[in-house]
Amino acid sequence: MTPVSVELPEALRNVEPVRGIRTPARLEYRFTAGQATSRFLRGIAGRKILGERCGRCHKVILPPRGSCPNCGVPTSEQVELPDHGIVTTFCVVNVKFSGSAMELPYVCATVVPDGSDMGLFGLVQEIPFDQIRMGMRVEAVWVDDDELTHDLASIKWWKPTGEPDADYASYREHV
Amino acid sequence: MRDVAVVAFAQSHHVRREQARNEVEMVMPVLHEVKASLGIDQSQIDFTCSGSTDYLAGSAFSFVMTLDGVGAAPPVSESHVEMDGAWALYEAWVKIQTGAADTALVYAYGKSSPGTLRDVLSRQLDPYYVAPLWPDSVGLAALQARACIDAGVTTVEEMAAIAARSRRAAADNRFAQLQGSDDPAVLLKEPEIAAPLRRHDCPPVTDGAAAIVLAAGDRARELTASPAWIRGIDHRIEAHSLGVRDLASSPSTALAAARAGVADGPVDVAEIHAPFTHQEVLVRQALGLGDGVSVNPSGGPLAANPMIAAGLIRIGEAAGCVARGDAERAVAHATSGPCLQQNLVCVLEGGQQ
Repeated sequence: MTPVSVELPEALRNVEPVRGIRTPARLEYRFTAGQATSRFLRGIAGRKILGERCGRCHKVILPPRGSCPNCGVPTSEQVELPDHGIVTTFCVVNVKFSGSAMELPYVCATVVPDGSDMGLFGLVQEIPFDQIRMGMRVEAVWVDDDELTHDLASIKWWKPTGEPDADYASYREHV
Repeated sequence: MRDVAVVAFAQSHHVRREQARNEVEMVMPVLHEVKASLGIDQSQIDFTCSGSTDYLAGSAFSFVMTLDGVGAAPPVSESHVEMDGAWALYEAWVKIQTGAADTALVYAYGKSSPGTLRDVLSRQLDPYYVAPLWPDSVGLAALQARACIDAGVTTVEEMAAIAARSRRAAADNRFAQLQGSDDPAVLLKEPEIAAPLRRHDCPPVTDGAAAIVLAAGDRARELTASPAWIRGIDHRIEAHSLGVRDLASSPSTALAAARAGVADGPVDVAEIHAPFTHQEVLVRQALGLGDGVSVNPSGGPLAANPMIAAGLIRIGEAAGCVARGDAERAVAHATSGPCLQQNLVCVLEGGQQ
């Protein structure tokens, strides 16, 4: 493209160029969890982890969102899962996010409860971050009764059970 | 060019607010219905393309969750547009033209209710000079309506007549959100909400979804006895800046109509995606439609306006008119952006091709 030559008025000559502008935007949304996720969140408020089984592929979907992502059909059967399982994958967080009170470094992990075919996202605590590993067995640490809400924050974090690690073969599908 | 037809169409019952269902729970029944109507499942779909926008859902990558309603295992060939589903259909049509697919599932959905739609839509405007002012979508449409009235394109009386005709036509559409209307003279006694627009000039805020199956040539004839063949399809866009456009005309619609071949034959039915009454006049003119054309027999977006799906629904409704034999040749129009910024025109015909 040919540069366009612009004749600026006197008042705008030799002024500092504008390198950026701030245009704050804020929108409020009323989120609908949906029927299946509402069932799950009601369970969480009662310290229960409720997955839903697909009637076609028989996998247990967690957290349920209304459909089996494999088959594209509604999940049909509610399954109560234990609040312990396996760390299948994790990451060590070394960056401070605004609004986070977490002390660095800390670990976010996917935990697959025993009997589930999908995992929940959560924190792993009560163990030094550099000892956390795939296959480690963990259990949920719930908030106190009066703090339980319809929110995964009802699980404060997951902590090691001290049991032997799970075989890789038992969770390879989740990696 | 390969012959491509709309072979199936389904839509949700459009409502002001989906109280209980999330997006995938709203979309999935429509996906099941459109495939079941042909007796096929996802394994017989070569390409899947969807339209949605994160600005409506208020979350990032929101289309991924609704893809959970498709049945994506074994892995599917899939794409997505952050636009009305009519443009997803265009992408699918191109995919079929390349020979990479013979069938395509196109779907689109919009839950407008979680946010304040007229403010959410302001986020699509130029981020430096316009969006910081937060002009809402109804206000911008009102500016365009004023420009149209000043230019002699339309009158508030004609606009009220369009509102009444549309919502009365919707009485026969069981999926419509608004059905029936007072007489135009009664409507005109209502106060203006954003002059010169009155409430009846504006579309309802709608949650809803729609899906279409496209198929090529013999595959289309195998799937249905009454394919609606796409004879022409084109889309064009105007400048982002509202200030450099003539808001009292729609040159992008006129160009798309010329490229799609609207004038190559008589038009029986036109499904026009004009969310505001004055926009129907602009689009009719740009399409070059005569007085004998039945416009929006479904009621159009003034009767149900699920964002992102309403343009795709126009193609589905026009195809339905052709498939039922109500029209030999129909035109569908879809729009996106403020004040008819982007426009797509699709010509559909029945008969054996």
